[in-house]
Amino acid sequence: MRIVKVEQIKETVKQAVRAANTQLPEDILDGLQKACAKETVPRARRLLEILLENAHLAQIENMPLCQDTGLVTIQIQLGQEVSLTGGDLYEAIDQGVREGYLEGYFRASMVKDPLERVNTGDNTPAVVHLEMTPGDQVVITVFPKGAGSENMGRTAMLKPADGWPGVRRFIIETVKIANANPCPPIIVGVGLGGNMEKACLLAKKALLRPINRSHADSRIADLEAQLLQDINQLGIGPQGLGGDTTALAVNMEVFPTHIASLPVAVSLNCHSTRRAVVTI
Amino acid sequence: MTHILRAPLNGNTLQELNAGDEVLVQGTVYAARDAAHQKMIAALEANGELPFDIDGQIIYYVGPCPASPGRIIGSAGPTTSSRMDAYTPALLQRGLKAMIGKGDRSLQVIEAMKKHGAVYLATVGGAGVYLAQKIKAVETVAYPELGPEALLKMEFEDFPCIVAIDVRGKSVYLTPDI
Ligand code: SF4
Repeated sequence: MRIVKVEQIKETVKQAVRAANTQLPEDILDGLQKACAKETVPRARRLLEILLENAHLAQIENMPLCQDTGLVTIQIQLGQEVSLTGGDLYEAIDQGVREGYLEGYFRASMVKDPLERVNTGDNTPAVVHLEMTPGDQVVITVFPKGAGSENMGRTAMLKPADGWPGVRRFIIETVKIANANPCPPIIVGVGLGGNMEKACLLAKKALLRPINRSHADSRIADLEAQLLQDINQLGIGPQGLGGDTTALAVNMEVFPTHIASLPVAVSLNCHSTRRAVVTI
Repeated sequence: MTHILRAPLNGNTLQELNAGDEVLVQGTVYAARDAAHQKMIAALEANGELPFDIDGQIIYYVGPCPASPGRIIGSAGPTTSSRMDAYTPALLQRGLKAMIGKGDRSLQVIEAMKKHGAVYLATVGGAGVYLAQKIKAVETVAYPELGPEALLKMEFEDFPCIVAIDVRGKSVYLTPDI
């Protein structure tokens, strides 16, 4: 058994939320740069340049990339041979978010009750997904996600007869309805299969995969590439103001499903895709 | 072409703006998002008064990050405008002349904009640091209890926007054919 103190988890979460909110991941930066070089519409190119400049400024000024510093989703992959001691894991995670957000001068964007809507003041609580894994490591992924893109996600329980054409139609439709709202260029996360909540979790998982890595299964990778091409032909463009660059990537994850089901979930993420992964 | 817009606005300048034109906004702009809008509409319904004279003004849909030491404001990019659609016609009727945000507006808002001669400007969503640099002063006008959603007054210098919907209701956004 390896002992890990929850204090260490708190500290890790705190550092990770600070880093994630101020530094755009390499794969996203690279994706934006490549899109900018390829973009044929001058205004779209100029907008992509501003986004790159913003990412540069965020890093040198140590300021959050976007004012919507998001709801923080935290994925903990906990090795089976790890024993967590020294307190409540969930409290430690929230304390890490609290300290990270207050000390980083990040916006508090959480309200306590969905109807009464009073701000909690420190961006807690986080949404936590706990997964057990073999081994003795703890892998912590922090994923602050803004509501502009989060609000445009959709889920459908399609019929098996709808097949890939139905799935494809639903994904494209989601991108069209979202239009400018999720701050394109977007990353399209697709979860296909499982049941309703599994499809949603897969769509979110898909967004955690770096955009320069296609799916390991070449059949899924081909579908991802096809979809990306179709989406970029919509002409929505950066900020929905027209252009070739509507999405930087489509990432899809699949899971077995019921004989009667074809669940699909689409989670969109903005160009300000913020994530950090730390292994303890 | 690039226009300079200085608040408070009057109808004549806005007539010259066409959807797709670039605009640099200068001067005083009020910042409000969901909760401040809800409060403003409640105030209008209760006693017909707003916390500021809205006639000819611009509202920026933003909830900035707190200012770190030595700064006047944190990151401050636009939020999704459509969430303010339900509140907007009542403010246009009171003289609001321009809104700054991101994303499309409802048909009702566009109709009210045409009726009252107002424009909707889009700025760069997610460019929070870049846009914060165009904001030179910030002051709380009302609802400090709302924290990041308080009603603020800001001074803009060369704040870059695109005319997304003009006074004639012409829009730069695609209408999704779903
Ligand atoms: S969608 Fe993303 S980039 Fe746009 S405002 Fe929200 S968090 Fe920022």
